[in-house]
Amino acid sequence: MSSEHIDEVSGISTTGHEWDGIRELNNPLPRWWVVTFYITIFWAIGYTIAYPAWPLLHSATKGVLGYSSRNEVKNELTAAEAAKGKYVAAVESKSVSEIAADDALREFAVAAGGAAFRVNCVQCHGSGAQGSKGFPNLNDDDWLWGGSAEQIQQTITHGIRFASDPDTRLSEMPAFGDIITPDQIKQVSAYVASLSGLVQDASLIEPGANVFAENCVACHGDTAKGNRELGAPDLTDAIWLYGPGETAIAAQVRAPKHGVMPAWIGRLGETKVKELAVYVHSLGGGE
Amino acid sequence: MLDQTHVERLEAEAVNSAKTRQPLYAARRKIFPKRASGSFRRFKWLVMAITLGIYYLTPWLRWDRGPFAPDQAVLLDLANRRFYFFFIEIWPQEFYYVAGLLVMAGVGLFLITSAVGRAWCGYTCPQTVWVDLFLVVERAIEGDRNARIKLDAGPWTARKLVLRVSKHAIWLVIGAATGGAWIFYFADAPTLVGELFTGTAAPVAYITVAVLTATTYTFGGLMREQVCTYMCPWPRIQAAMLDENSLTVTYNDWRGEPRSRHAKKVLAAGLPAGDCVDCNACVAVCPMGIDIRDGQQLECITCAQCIDACDGVMDKLGKERGLISYATLSDYNANMMLATAGGSCPVTPSLVRTVDGKFSDKVAHFHIGKIFRPRTYVYMAVWSLIGLGLLYSLLTRDRLEVNVLHDRNPQFVTLHDGSIRNGYTVKLLNMIPEPRTIVVTMQGLQGGEMSVVGDDIPAGRSFAIPVEPDRLKMLKVFVRQPADQIHGTAQTFTFRVEDRASFEADEYTATFNAPETAR
Repeated sequence: MSSEHIDEVSGISTTGHEWDGIRELNNPLPRWWVVTFYITIFWAIGYTIAYPAWPLLHSATKGVLGYSSRNEVKNELTAAEAAKGKYVAAVESKSVSEIAADDALREFAVAAGGAAFRVNCVQCHGSGAQGSKGFPNLNDDDWLWGGSAEQIQQTITHGIRFASDPDTRLSEMPAFGDIITPDQIKQVSAYVASLSGLVQDASLIEPGANVFAENCVACHGDTAKGNRELGAPDLTDAIWLYGPGETAIAAQVRAPKHGVMPAWIGRLGETKVKELAVYVHSLGGGE
Repeated sequence: MLDQTHVERLEAEAVNSAKTRQPLYAARRKIFPKRASGSFRRFKWLVMAITLGIYYLTPWLRWDRGPFAPDQAVLLDLANRRFYFFFIEIWPQEFYYVAGLLVMAGVGLFLITSAVGRAWCGYTCPQTVWVDLFLVVERAIEGDRNARIKLDAGPWTARKLVLRVSKHAIWLVIGAATGGAWIFYFADAPTLVGELFTGTAAPVAYITVAVLTATTYTFGGLMREQVCTYMCPWPRIQAAMLDENSLTVTYNDWRGEPRSRHAKKVLAAGLPAGDCVDCNACVAVCPMGIDIRDGQQLECITCAQCIDACDGVMDKLGKERGLISYATLSDYNANMMLATAGGSCPVTPSLVRTVDGKFSDKVAHFHIGKIFRPRTYVYMAVWSLIGLGLLYSLLTRDRLEVNVLHDRNPQFVTLHDGSIRNGYTVKLLNMIPEPRTIVVTMQGLQGGEMSVVGDDIPAGRSFAIPVEPDRLKMLKVFVRQPADQIHGTAQTFTFRVEDRASFEADEYTATFNAPETAR
């Protein structure tokens, strides 16, 4: 089989391989193609020496250039941190209202705070910070504890009813189910609902007002406008944390629910908290 | 009658002749094009001067656009995503103008090709122009065809080394100048040229120059006709573009055959002799290295050098020019039928000539009217329609625009007094290089008011805001509507932006969402 064989039709020598009488013509590649092929082989060998390649028993060769994709990522992250450095330093040194007043700095803080919000806050407040029943909507202009950038910062720093932080925002409405009668609860609920224009049974409103004056004004105020010092909500507006309407109000009077927000200072640090405060402040309801 | 003593006979053979048909993979046969002279060669010099002139000089043209825009007449500002072309400035979203120009270029190429064949290939294609330029250098250094063949075949002497090194060095300089001119289209040319030579230009500038130097040198100097024959798709496409009325460079064998190197002897022997004296001048000048007498072929770029060469020979012989000429297939076929008496005999010179040696009246000659035929009318119409459409669109385009993006999360926010607020990202596009004050007004949405985040603009139904020249200004706008004015969960209203100085305006119809339970 190995003897030289010339194909009669084309006059080209064959490779000596034969299958069922069919022989393979020996048409060599063009020279430049062969040369390119050899160059790629040498290139590949050089590459495996220069870069991590050959598998060993427990690891692999490191390559003489010392390249590692982990270092690449680390360098890129360092460069990104360095690029942010100027802004981060400014956020650290300035107060939140100063940050909010500076266009470039606010833009940075809103972006950084937004990123932190999407990791840490969306679980309760929702991805659009729109909240849900029991979790406040941060876009609106109704604030239990105040809507200035500083007040928001204070709330995020120490949390609400967060037992392990001594400076936490603390308020606790008593469970009036144990204090006043079910009839009185019905009356006061009707009265409170009427304050924000929800039409109610007129016969309940007047006695309800009396119940309110006796039991509720201490925290919610004479005009039921609430008190931010105590975290007491404004009962005359259109925003209801636990739902609008008499039934929802009655349930909250009888046995109030008290939401808890953790103090974030320990986990996020002051800079992140400031950025978050500026972000929340920018959502449209900031004062 | 025939005096062939003045005609130099050249040893030249077509690289693709049927006699020497090569296998698919074979080393390149070297081509040493002889310099031609004549009207087509002069025309090519002119085209070369114009195209190279445009290429090298355009970045240096200035165009005053005021203090807020670059003063370079043609500039592709990739960093700021702006394209400047004299009085036209194009933003990225207006890139369809460039697409339109490319469509026009395509249709234009069809038009030109169906009328005068591969004129693009022969005269204006950068490959052709640069190869011509490289050949000028080659001839200046190594001499014309015969000297070059001799030099190439000769041993490596000091002279050969000097000639070769200087030739390639000049080629590389031309390559670098080609790449160097290219980058000036992408940055301010006077600034960049300084940076380039002081080593302070961006790395991408040097990389671009290096890549273009390499491609210019390789394509123009080393590969030449191989680019056209093997790499370029246009020779394949042109087969579909040409028809029997397209002008192509044609060897008129109806008057050339039977060719003879010894016409006098042949005639004396009483045999017919055509006009072709088989001097090979047409093959020697061909930059593609082909023999046009083999007929129309893929490799021919219709540069018409063979026409010049042959006309020179015909002049010396005292015969009519145009043995090789621009001719249409229909004329050629008609003449061929005439010369072969309808295909019944070989080409017979006496059938196309009268007894006194003049062409017979029946010989068909090209008439300019052949260019104007339905096909070219259609191309011209399409080309003009696209052109007029682009022009109309360009003259009436907006230079002030508003884009609005409605917040989707949350879609609406209930405020403490029960009113509903929607958020919008409003983008104001000031597309002229001058600062402007834009008035944003809302129309519709009863009782609604706008407020702008981060700006000390009082809430209202209209506000004015300055926008920087040639920039987009992005505003976060809150629109608030009192509870008692809300009608339905999705009301529409309009953002209107105006430049009250120039009376330009644009509008966007937005939706205002409200909950079903808004009180």
